Amino acid sequence: MYVAVKGGERAIENAHRLLAHKRRGDQSVAEITLEQISEQLGLAVDRVMSEGSLYDRELASLAIKQARGDLIEAIFLVRAFRATLPRLGASEPVDTGTMRVQRRVSATFKDIPGGQILGPTFDYTHRLLDPSLAQGFVPERPAAAEASTAPTPRVTDILGRDGLIESSPEAEDGASVGDLTREPLNFPADRDLRLQNLARGDEGFLLAMGYSTQRGYGRNHPFVGEIRFGEVEVEFVAEDVGFAVPLGAIELTECQMVNQFKGSATEAPCFTRGYGLAFGQSERKTMSMALVDRALRARELGEEALAPAQDEEFVMSHSDNVQATGFVEHLKLPHYVDFQSELGLLRKLRQEFADANAPDAMKEAAE
Amino acid sequence: MTQHNDQQAQRKAAMAVLAHAEAGEIAARLRNLSLPDHHDLRSPENGLVMLRGRVGGDGAPFNLGEATVSRAAVRLASGEVGFGYTLGRDGEKARLIALCDALVQSRDFGGAVERDVIAPLREQLMVRRKQAAAAAAATKVDFYTMVRGEG
Repeated sequence: MYVAVKGGERAIENAHRLLAHKRRGDQSVAEITLEQISEQLGLAVDRVMSEGSLYDRELASLAIKQARGDLIEAIFLVRAFRATLPRLGASEPVDTGTMRVQRRVSATFKDIPGGQILGPTFDYTHRLLDPSLAQGFVPERPAAAEASTAPTPRVTDILGRDGLIESSPEAEDGASVGDLTREPLNFPADRDLRLQNLARGDEGFLLAMGYSTQRGYGRNHPFVGEIRFGEVEVEFVAEDVGFAVPLGAIELTECQMVNQFKGSATEAPCFTRGYGLAFGQSERKTMSMALVDRALRARELGEEALAPAQDEEFVMSHSDNVQATGFVEHLKLPHYVDFQSELGLLRKLRQEFADANAPDAMKEAAE
Repeated sequence: MTQHNDQQAQRKAAMAVLAHAEAGEIAARLRNLSLPDHHDLRSPENGLVMLRGRVGGDGAPFNLGEATVSRAAVRLASGEVGFGYTLGRDGEKARLIALCDALVQSRDFGGAVERDVIAPLREQLMVRRKQAAAAAAATKVDFYTMVRGEG
């Protein structure tokens, strides 16, 4: 009714006003800036860019601030923002082989050309809370060493030279690149669509799915062939300019997972691959993605697909945290009419139950 | 044809430097030049570019996610048209890159813009990259074999 709607409007307005107040917190404490979020909560920004599917540090930082640090809410905000800008086109595929590597490790080969570069990592830290970080901590300047100018080939390229690992699938001539932001998903989905889905998928969901394959629900037998993180250049063929224009660089993390063999009567056995790629420094995400990518290739590799991580419809339909949160959280919005009809039905059922179970004497008396 | 390719390579090399600079840095360098008359052919506008990766790093392309991009076009009074494209939403930066791209193509200003704008910014970019590479190199693992004891 009209009156109820009026009341709701004022309540909503005041609720948002209260939210803005709570978001700011104690106003005697300095307000956090976007630069502070981008510089000091960098991995949160990376996650919001990856799952928001939009590379823009400043917007991701704003979204984190607006969402009070709720990263899924921030991802939602970034996804919604995307819709306000026109699509100019697609970049040339980035070449991760030419990455300016900040970190690069292999769990399969000790001596890889270019070396094992640990970079900025939580690995080998003791995971003890550090009270000195509470306030006024000034880090030492990073150590410096002569950097090698030798290339850092992907470990999978090295394995590939001896035919020990399957080669990456080539693009079919004239095949367009699937885009799930433009066309609705159909199953079975090709690997380009699967990787796009996983790249924007929820890190926690992919972590759990990847973990499940390790625990035996769809065996991959994985090794980390390589994880690399660093900057790659982006180029865009602008029609008005007439050549591939450099746009600048983005930070990416890539994971090459090496898995157990395939082979046939006509093909020598070789390692198989799972692939992960994400914006920023997102190692857990890309490792999980690579595990799930490999698991989803069960059909293609003629494996029995019994586990959830091997079921592309299950994985791809539930990986997106914006869709998932929308459907779960809509349950708290008013369902008064739906609920009234359920209530009416339940009352009727209870009446029938009461009638059926009433003592015979009562029934007779009633008659 | 070769001349055309040379100029294209030169424009691309300039863009590759400018895309990494801040708008303020480009503007500060441009103030060293007495600029010819120019006007916006296309006012700065923001949009999205879908970034692509390759399956396995070297295979078929797939869509990774979008990035914000700003673009602009500038025409010099002498007719050269420059284009500016950059990641992010800084329209002024896109306009300055477009202006530089037009200047790079100009017979009268090509040398000066390379010398006073592009070269110093390239130098600065190389220093930053070298520092990042040196910091990463210091975290490279030196494996050594423990000396085995006798017997």
